[in-house]
Amino acid sequence: MSQIFHRSTNTLARVTIFGALFIVVGSLFAINEFTRSDYITHAFVAREQPVQFSHKHHVGDVGLDCRYCHTSVEKSASAGIPPTRICMNCHTQIWKDSPYLEPVRASYRTGKPIHWTRVHHLPDFVYFNHSIHVAKGVGCSTCHGRVDQMPLMMQVNSLQMEWCLDCHRNPERALRPKNEIFNTTWTAPSDQEERGKRLAKEYNIQARAVLESCSTCHR
Amino acid sequence: MSIGKYLILLITPFALVSCRNEMHDQPKAKSYRASAIFDDSLSMRPVVEGTVARGYLRADPLYDQGKMIDASGKSIDAATFPFPVTKTILDRGQERFNIYCSPCHGMTGEGDGMVVRRGFRPPPSYHMDRLRTATPGHFFDVISNGFGTMPDYAMQLSPADRWAVVAYVKALQVSQHATVAEIPPPIRSELDAPKTATAAPSKPE
Repeated sequence: MSQIFHRSTNTLARVTIFGALFIVVGSLFAINEFTRSDYITHAFVAREQPVQFSHKHHVGDVGLDCRYCHTSVEKSASAGIPPTRICMNCHTQIWKDSPYLEPVRASYRTGKPIHWTRVHHLPDFVYFNHSIHVAKGVGCSTCHGRVDQMPLMMQVNSLQMEWCLDCHRNPERALRPKNEIFNTTWTAPSDQEERGKRLAKEYNIQARAVLESCSTCHR
Repeated sequence: MSIGKYLILLITPFALVSCRNEMHDQPKAKSYRASAIFDDSLSMRPVVEGTVARGYLRADPLYDQGKMIDASGKSIDAATFPFPVTKTILDRGQERFNIYCSPCHGMTGEGDGMVVRRGFRPPPSYHMDRLRTATPGHFFDVISNGFGTMPDYAMQLSPADRWAVVAYVKALQVSQHATVAEIPPPIRSELDAPKTATAAPSKPE
């Protein structure tokens, strides 16, 4: 019986076997990277808003404290989107004729809220609480980045569970002194590890088992 | 295991991926989420007018309104604080003042804050005679109800915080009108200390 396959198919068969391995590993790697990519997490994507509100201007240039507008960040789960009245504290007189601010004035006149586009969107099965993080020494910029440099708000972290856990497993890397929480320019000093451990003790940060527990964030 | 079982194992994870949004975006009301049910699109329902939350009756004229009754039975701005002012209260007042008041009034209360420099009508300086002699109750009333172009800050500052801010404003007024003789001797010596010691305050831990 004559040979059905040419000799070269031996090589082809070997290449295919290794190739299959390569394709499987390669696509696993690609999926792994893709699910963490900015395309999926929407990180670094500036959202269009009904009013092109600039944190860079209000925080970076004017120097407003985060809490001037986000009044409930120290007391409740939500940091608080300011009601239109807080905008109008200043904008009754400043830029009061600007067409850019017409949606704000319209909202103030009619009492209808402005429909902002949410930037930091956590899944509904996560029960994040701002106040506990602020009270325990986690600063705004640790999660939200340099908002004082953002003309339009964007997310700078993945907000994925592994990102949350990374900090819950090593909280001392992020802990700041009380008076630096709202400082957007804060950077960790060179001896952060040592300071963080001291602060963790001072703030009574819970044991790792509690911080890692499912029910800490999922209820 | 047969090939069929392997296939099922391989495909199942991909099938699960497509389920994620159901639990991510549940049809429930959360803070600031728009509502399809109500006309004004607010999930956070405004409370009925006149609602008093437990513990928020705020009926004490002195503590909650900064008022007292004078000799003729008239309600006037309180001349005193409802509680003794401590360093803790002053520190709280400084923090709250710097957040909510300094944008217009400036860090020292001169009325030269950043918002004023951007064109807002300048508020009067705290260091003019009329305001230096004003009672704590007057400042409390202005924070609670606004004054002239200044809107009220009742929403941002609880009565306790308002008193703390008033205490800090009073301290600011003293700070700009103090004489060397009024400074306690132990601290007075710091005035003569070399400039570097005061110019670079040690960073708080």
